[in-house]
Amino acid sequence: MSAASLAAISRPFLFDSAVLNRMPEFPKLAGVTPASHLEVRPAPERVSSGVSQIDALTGGLPRGCLTEICGPQSSGRTSLFLAALAAATNRGEVCALVDAGDTFDPVSAAAAAVDLTRLLWVRCQEKQSYSNNYQHSNFTSKVNRADYSILDQVLRVTDLLLQSNGFGLILLDLGNISSRTARRIPMASWFRFRRAIEVTPTILMVLEQQPTAGSCSSLILQLKTSEPRSAKKTDIRESVPAQLPSHAKLLENFSIEIELSHTRLERKPSSNTRTLLRTHSAWAVS
Amino acid sequence: MSCFACIFVPDFPAESIIRMEPELRALPVAVLAGKAPLEKVFAINQNARALDVEPGMTKTQLDAWTNLVLRPRSELQEKSAHQALLDCAQSFSPSFEDSALDTVLIDLDGLEHLLGTPPQIARQIAHRTSVLGLEANVAAAFDPDTALLAARGFPGMTFISEGNEAKKLGELPVNVLFEGLLSPEQQKKTDTILETFDRWGIRNLRALAALPEIPLVERLGQEGFRLQQSAQGSHRRTLKLVQPSLTFEEYVELEFPIVLLEPLAFVLNRMLEQICNRLTARALAAQELKLCFELATEFRAEEESENSVAQKRSHNSNSPSVHAARSLTFNRTLKLPVPMLDARVFLKLLQLDLRAHPPGAPIMKIHLTIEPAQPRAAQGGLFLPPFPEPEKLELTLARIAGIVGESNVGAVELSDTYRPESFHMKHFAPKEQDPLNTPKHSSKTQTSSENFACLQSTAILLADGPATTSITNPQESEAPVTALRVFRPPLQAEVTMLEGAPVRLACPKKKNVCGQIIWAAGPWRSSGDWWEQEGWARDEWDIMLQNETGIALYRLVRDHFSARWTVEGSYD
Repeated sequence: MSAASLAAISRPFLFDSAVLNRMPEFPKLAGVTPASHLEVRPAPERVSSGVSQIDALTGGLPRGCLTEICGPQSSGRTSLFLAALAAATNRGEVCALVDAGDTFDPVSAAAAAVDLTRLLWVRCQEKQSYSNNYQHSNFTSKVNRADYSILDQVLRVTDLLLQSNGFGLILLDLGNISSRTARRIPMASWFRFRRAIEVTPTILMVLEQQPTAGSCSSLILQLKTSEPRSAKKTDIRESVPAQLPSHAKLLENFSIEIELSHTRLERKPSSNTRTLLRTHSAWAVS
Repeated sequence: MSCFACIFVPDFPAESIIRMEPELRALPVAVLAGKAPLEKVFAINQNARALDVEPGMTKTQLDAWTNLVLRPRSELQEKSAHQALLDCAQSFSPSFEDSALDTVLIDLDGLEHLLGTPPQIARQIAHRTSVLGLEANVAAAFDPDTALLAARGFPGMTFISEGNEAKKLGELPVNVLFEGLLSPEQQKKTDTILETFDRWGIRNLRALAALPEIPLVERLGQEGFRLQQSAQGSHRRTLKLVQPSLTFEEYVELEFPIVLLEPLAFVLNRMLEQICNRLTARALAAQELKLCFELATEFRAEEESENSVAQKRSHNSNSPSVHAARSLTFNRTLKLPVPMLDARVFLKLLQLDLRAHPPGAPIMKIHLTIEPAQPRAAQGGLFLPPFPEPEKLELTLARIAGIVGESNVGAVELSDTYRPESFHMKHFAPKEQDPLNTPKHSSKTQTSSENFACLQSTAILLADGPATTSITNPQESEAPVTALRVFRPPLQAEVTMLEGAPVRLACPKKKNVCGQIIWAAGPWRSSGDWWEQEGWARDEWDIMLQNETGIALYRLVRDHFSARWTVEGSYD
């Protein structure tokens, strides 16, 4: 190799187009693609989550990615779940719900406008034989044995659903699984799930108490019930004065505070990361 | 002039057995008929004929051949093979004659433009019968009897051009006029005529064709005249057309009972492939699979006492049943959501089903029936949402059912009642989106489930709610609907009441659902089915508890009949 060629290579060639154009001339570098010429992975397609505030906050749910919705009980997680399900089924997509705690309420789903004919419901329940096998295991003495058997079913069923393809939205409801048990899901499982949906239009959404998928998730939303504000007509605590009997009160809605705690997707730098949302009950008054 | 093709399967009883056991094709096979221990050879294949095995030999005489494979005669397998032959004929032309169990005549009129010349068509017929598991002779000629005699007399594929019938058929022996499976009466008549020909010195069809016509008719009657015309290739007749029934079944009688699933899958695979080939030949698909096992009868004594009790308790057709003929059968039926035609998918579905519902005894005989249906026609679209393939989806559902249980996977359908938890699971079979009716993203259309939810909300409000109300359509509002997470089973609760309202809640089995009730709304009373034995009446409360993470909303229910409190679910 001549001195001129060597000098050309020794310079920071990433920014030298003259060198880049001459790269095929060097035999040893003929098969090397410069980093600036590498193909950029396109941004995933986004679809509506069914809630305009969520769409404004996140840009929509990304296809081919894992989304986590986290929060404690009564933080509005299931309401968001059902809104996303309604949006997906009304787009004509076939959806699946892997219900780890068997807590799905078909009446709430119907009230949320979910097309139940397009929803596959998989109810995971504790298997007695599985619990008996682990009865004397030291490993499971600290872990809820029932949750462990259910987790095993959830992982196997999710694998099967992801392999079958064709589902627009797959929901994993781990809301009733304790955080300690949910953290025992191997990271390899999350990687495997993410890899399975990467080049598909399937959205994988997980509902849980705390984030567990680590870097595998592309979007994490943290939910909590907002502190009730005083003198707000629609606030459930103060909608009716205290001296009135209980049957005069009505659960109309509750406020949810949503925080976008993590995203691997492109967003405008100046966008908000928090938003407030109100749900309404199926029997809401006008 | 019309051309005809004849498919003739030599050694048909042996071929019908080899069709289900292809590994026997290279071996000498003898089919036995009759009651033990007096069975005699009923049919043999070519390899057995080469070893000088002859029909009519007893089983004792067959002991001289060590490598001879013996099989009992199976009329059901012969029937299946015959049906396969008819399906093959149907796939070429709707005009065909069911001449005998081992012979089919096809009218090739009008097929030249579609399939080519008669020799080309004959070659295709031979290939298709081979795909169906039968090695047949195929002959094409310009009259049906000539084609029939040529198929019986010449092995492989034969074509006799017009005008060469007598010349080509002349070298064939006279017994080709009577080959094939005959009834005892037909066999007796045949023997008489052959004996007559033998006395006359008539050995081949050329000699028969050369006989004077009138003396032949005087001695053998019209039958003799017909035989002479057939030998000359001048007997013109029309085919007696048939319409084959839409019955697709395969039957296998096993030499040794099968106990394990793997060898059973091997046999089922062959049967499914044969049936799928027949369905393909008829341009049909499968809608339902019915599997019937005849189980080993030595287990019958143990099962009988269990079955007599089981039969009194349930009438499930899938449980082993005892027939009057003192045999044990096991039935399984698989209904497919859409017509399918993939033998591998069927095999996998049957395997998963048998793993979940094993027969419980060794299997002696297998009877597989498939209900045919028109194949589905799917019109794809460029902008349709993703949809799972029906075959893959069916397999996935079967595998998931094996993990969580059959009753825990499927689509949910709400029942037409206000009773709580009134829904049932049904098989998940979503309909593919019609490309002409794509869904509107603004969700303007109202589904039946949404109608039901609105009606339910109306009913609740009209029953007990506040006076001024109006129904909010969830689609028009952008806010999500407050969802309920149901506890199954509901949590038993101990509630402290004060002035008619709950003030304290304690759930023994769930420690975090305990505490002071800081807000309560209710009771909302509902009841129903009071005219039935299982009526229901309850009071519902919406309550708020303060816990370590904040507040939590629950639905508290008091049952009027048992006077018990339960926490039914949490609002989330």
